[in-house]
Amino acid sequence: MSKPKVAVSWNSSCGGCDESIVDLEEKILDVAEAVEFVLWPCAMDFKYEQIEALPDEDITVSLINGAIQNTDQEHVVKLLRRKSKIVIAFGSCACYGGVPSLLNLKNLDDSFRVSYTNSPTVINEQGTVPSADSEDDGHALSLPSVYKSVRKLDDVIDVDYFLPGCPPTASMIASALTALLEGKLPERKSVLASNKSLCSSCSRNDSKPETVSIKNLVRIHEVKADPGLCFLAQGIICMGPATRDGCDYPCIKGNMPCTGCLGPFDRTDQGAKMTGTLGGLLEAGDEEAAKKMADGIVDPAGTFYRYSVAASLLGGKREGEENE
Amino acid sequence: MSKRITIDPITRLEGHGKIEIFLNDAGDVERAYLQIPEIRGFEKFVEGRPAEEMPQITSRICGVCPGAHHMASTKTLDSLFGVQPTEAARAIRELYYHLHFFEDHILHFYILGGPDFIVGPDADPAERNILGVIGKVGVETGKKVIDIRKRARHMVNEIAGKNVHPVLGLPGGVAKPFPGEQKETLLAFAADAVEFSRFTLDTFNSVVLENKTYLDLILSDTYLHKTYYMGMVDDHSNVEFYDGNVRVIDHDGIEVTQFTPPEYANVIAEHVEPWSYIKFPFLKEIGWKGFVDGKDSGIYRVAPLARLNAAEGMSTPLAQEEYERYFSTLGGKPVHNTLANHWARLVEILYSAEKIKLLSESEELYSPDVRNMDLQTPSEGFGIVEAPRGTLIHHYKTDERGVMTGCNLIVASLGNSAAMCMSIDRAARSLIKGGEVNQGLLNMVEMAFRAYDPCFGCATHSFPGKESFQIHITDPNGKLTGTVVRNGNGKIGIVKQ
Repeated sequence: MSKPKVAVSWNSSCGGCDESIVDLEEKILDVAEAVEFVLWPCAMDFKYEQIEALPDEDITVSLINGAIQNTDQEHVVKLLRRKSKIVIAFGSCACYGGVPSLLNLKNLDDSFRVSYTNSPTVINEQGTVPSADSEDDGHALSLPSVYKSVRKLDDVIDVDYFLPGCPPTASMIASALTALLEGKLPERKSVLASNKSLCSSCSRNDSKPETVSIKNLVRIHEVKADPGLCFLAQGIICMGPATRDGCDYPCIKGNMPCTGCLGPFDRTDQGAKMTGTLGGLLEAGDEEAAKKMADGIVDPAGTFYRYSVAASLLGGKREGEENE
Repeated sequence: MSKRITIDPITRLEGHGKIEIFLNDAGDVERAYLQIPEIRGFEKFVEGRPAEEMPQITSRICGVCPGAHHMASTKTLDSLFGVQPTEAARAIRELYYHLHFFEDHILHFYILGGPDFIVGPDADPAERNILGVIGKVGVETGKKVIDIRKRARHMVNEIAGKNVHPVLGLPGGVAKPFPGEQKETLLAFAADAVEFSRFTLDTFNSVVLENKTYLDLILSDTYLHKTYYMGMVDDHSNVEFYDGNVRVIDHDGIEVTQFTPPEYANVIAEHVEPWSYIKFPFLKEIGWKGFVDGKDSGIYRVAPLARLNAAEGMSTPLAQEEYERYFSTLGGKPVHNTLANHWARLVEILYSAEKIKLLSESEELYSPDVRNMDLQTPSEGFGIVEAPRGTLIHHYKTDERGVMTGCNLIVASLGNSAAMCMSIDRAARSLIKGGEVNQGLLNMVEMAFRAYDPCFGCATHSFPGKESFQIHITDPNGKLTGTVVRNGNGKIGIVKQ
């Protein structure tokens, strides 16, 4: 029997998901033994023509990381969809848009201005900006066009499973690959992680406040965080209550609060869930106290939706928007 | 009939790029372009975010070198809040940073760049990867590489919570003290890291330097450019990664300037081209003269080759010995041969290993005093580190609450962006003659960028589109006349339209 074929592909992403696969360490040799890689651009010289030449659904699984931000990326993920039996949205950018989808809260033209004309170091008297078609010294050159908003993978193709995390941990990846190889994957469309909150496994959960008790919100750099006490009990926003479990809480072990990278639970809006949780904990006696409390959250959108803007009502794909 | 060759994407690097090669009627190269096809807009979307979140947000520019952005950002927060880290915090940060350099450079040597030498520049592309490397050097050595990286990354997890996207940095310090129970593990690792570095240098010596073909390749004009060089130095002008002035030298090794973080915009300016999303930094005083080398052109280079050139030595004894051997073998300072980056990178691995050993033996590392809370009202901050891929500059502006109002990033790989374009152009001109093209030659064009270990994800704060390798041949009107492909066994074929 031939080995299952695996493709790893990246879009608008940072390479951290690929690194996390390498972090399987010696297990990667077992994986290389058990499967046949047909694509992994950052590590291997495999080519696109090879993928196009494969029969449809010939690839057992494509692990696709990164958000979708231009037509080239859309083209590649559509090809991989056609050639794969199973597509896994790999990492929080593919699942929810991730950090790059914070751009959906801004205007793309402003982004170009900041980068190419208004930067303190750019010297650009003609106001040149990169463009889809240009000419240099008689040579016609082209670039892909950038979308006005950043999409999650299932805005563009049908996705079978979701493996969130920024990045998914090596142990989450190992579990998913084991389930795949043993034919034990759950129901299609499942998220391959627990549906509980991070707090459910957090070592600091014993001190988590259950009732209205937070008098002051503080920012992480303003205090020396107690290494044993629930961050919320210290008045520091921790996204644990609104974030899916499964990472083994490394940030909290690093004495920093959860920022929500595994995204929301099933059928939940991460920010709405967190706002609700905070509403039940903040002790704001009168209007002034409530206002002061709200001022303590200097960036609600970026705090509650750090990794999930593209999956939220806030900044998903905009209605009537052109692709290019 | 003039032809155009497209290599898309270039492989074994972080991020996406494509190469366009234009041939004249004789089939010689008229001009080759390295294009970077994307932008992610970090500098814009961080506006409105709390500054203290920047070390974690900017690490998402690159998951391969998250430690570099995390540390540049953390140092920018020190500057923004007018605070110095405690001695313990500084020791922890430096230890963290050398661990990061060590494992990142190893990744490049064995997985990204090394296959070109260890497996061979014109070897079967299907084998020109880490598995091919293991095939050449043996499974035992392969396991040794995996093991040392695993142990380095274990230490990073213990110090910084996470490897990919650490949670260590705060203004004036770090989030937690060094975990005392890890001291023995660290000491044992440090000793083995030094040994592993020497083993890697021995491997490079026997596989590359003792092979005349490879040594000639390194020294050949195909991979040569005379440019300015930039790198961080300590008070004794030794190579430094974490903190120090940035020094620029000219083509003869003479110092042109030294600058501190707030002075960066006096020295560096950036040029924009319509055909790439990447920007092209240059020395402001010399000016942008196009994609040309020489003293009249402001183009400079960064990363291992440049760092060794820009400094006077290494502060650790074994690395210093290797530094001297490097320059005496390659004909003295400065070294202009792009492929020497591979060797320079290994000198830096040894330096980092020695620094890890020194730090692991220091008392400050184990002190619990890791935060200086004397924060001032923020308005503007600057931070520079040497990233594995070159000088990395963060510059933030905030309101009085420390909420971001402006951000400028001169990212490491950007420092080599103009030089990489020139290197690709030169390699293509020198290797492709009379329209003769094969996969080995094309890979040797790719080697011209791969030596820099570029991270185009960082450079445009963006990541890739297509994962294909194909060459389109078009007539002067842009009509497709044929496609060059690599087939299943890695051989090159031409499909005529």
